[in-house]
Amino acid sequence: MLAPMKYAAPATVEEARALLAADGGARVFAGATDLIPQIRAGRPEPSMMIDLKRIDRLSGIARAGSTWTIGAATPTADIVAHAGFAAEFPGLAEASGLIGSDQIQNRCTWGGNLVNASPAADTPPALIVNDAKAVIASAGGERTVAAAEVATGPGATCLGADEIIVEFTLASPPPRTADAYLRLIPRTEMDIAVVGAAARVTLAPDGAVTAAAVALGAVAPTVVRVPDAEAALIGGPLTDDALEAVAQAASAACRPIDDKRGTVAYRRRVAGVLARRAVAIAADRAAADQRGASS
Amino acid sequence: MSRVHVTCTVNGDETEFLCDGGQTLLNALRDELGLTGAKEGCGTGDCGSCSVIIDGRLTCSCLVLAPEAQGAAVLTVEGLASGDDLHPLQQSFLEGAALQCGVCTPGILMAAAALLDRNPDPTETEVRYGLAGNLCRCTGYDKIVRSVLAAADSQRTTSQRTNTEETA
Repeated sequence: MLAPMKYAAPATVEEARALLAADGGARVFAGATDLIPQIRAGRPEPSMMIDLKRIDRLSGIARAGSTWTIGAATPTADIVAHAGFAAEFPGLAEASGLIGSDQIQNRCTWGGNLVNASPAADTPPALIVNDAKAVIASAGGERTVAAAEVATGPGATCLGADEIIVEFTLASPPPRTADAYLRLIPRTEMDIAVVGAAARVTLAPDGAVTAAAVALGAVAPTVVRVPDAEAALIGGPLTDDALEAVAQAASAACRPIDDKRGTVAYRRRVAGVLARRAVAIAADRAAADQRGASS
Repeated sequence: MSRVHVTCTVNGDETEFLCDGGQTLLNALRDELGLTGAKEGCGTGDCGSCSVIIDGRLTCSCLVLAPEAQGAAVLTVEGLASGDDLHPLQQSFLEGAALQCGVCTPGILMAAAALLDRNPDPTETEVRYGLAGNLCRCTGYDKIVRSVLAAADSQRTTSQRTNTEETA
């Protein structure tokens, strides 16, 4: 098993892209926490494994002005442990810290989580409510795509055969804004989402919701945004009625499947519950957010 | 096909080995270097019995390609003891009967070592989360968790004593 593969560790994005373009059987990887198990489960073996971790630009967490840049091959353990980042994006840090074990989080990455395109992936809903952008290296240079546009179906992405996600960018949230991510699994660790729900809320000083985003994982082929939930929140205070409308809109937006982790009916119900709770947590955090406070 | 030449540090010793491009680090440790402490349980990163510490990071060596170890410092269970002196975790596992068949033990010791390195005074809950990536089919985990807590206690006592002696 795995024996005939070649291994390459390019030092630059261009080198990596050239290797990928020259060999249709080559695959790029960082943590390989999905790729190696898939190969072991019988997926075709790549002819070459291209390790992206030796490319400086692909690893690291930096903030310049109000823009955060996170290398696509940065282990999620580093993201979780980055106090400055986690303070601004607690929900995205939560989602990053829920993937597998410590062993997995020391290897797995946002880039891999997104391009593996599992419907149940934890970080995509949280990336999407924060309007994360993926910077993709292409033949003609680079293009920037919303994280929401990367996965096009289970295991399918918008990336061309010779394209690589280089980094993610995120705008620092405005004052009184916060996110949250909740996931249901049958145990407390080491499982895959039955449902995942991410929310981000911005509050006016009087408590009215001025912006909201809700996204669900594991209930459709790709992450589902819930515009009806967002509309129900924006413009008013966070009342029980508004939260109930969020739950109903989330349940209605699901297009889930029956599988060993849950039935269609269960997933719909849980999606509503998690969406409502995630919105409430995000709003509590937004209300407690002191950044930009006048006093 | 030509094999890949890898130079790295394993348990503090400069080491070199030849491997195939698609060979896992677990496989290279066991078959090229004869370090059979790390075990292959699942081969998919679920059971943790292959856990090793690479450049300070706890990792499933079954999900690492051997050539990735180029230039890295790899710590396996074979490097945990200092000569004949067992690591406090190894000692407390023996005293606490924290193993039965022993297949998971090398991985659990490495996960526990990584945890105590990061958090010398963990709560029981923190120990349980820290070991969530390691499966044991024999013990029911309770003796493992107690032994990790006991090792943390003894490590802290030892370092306090050392500090006091140095101050005195």
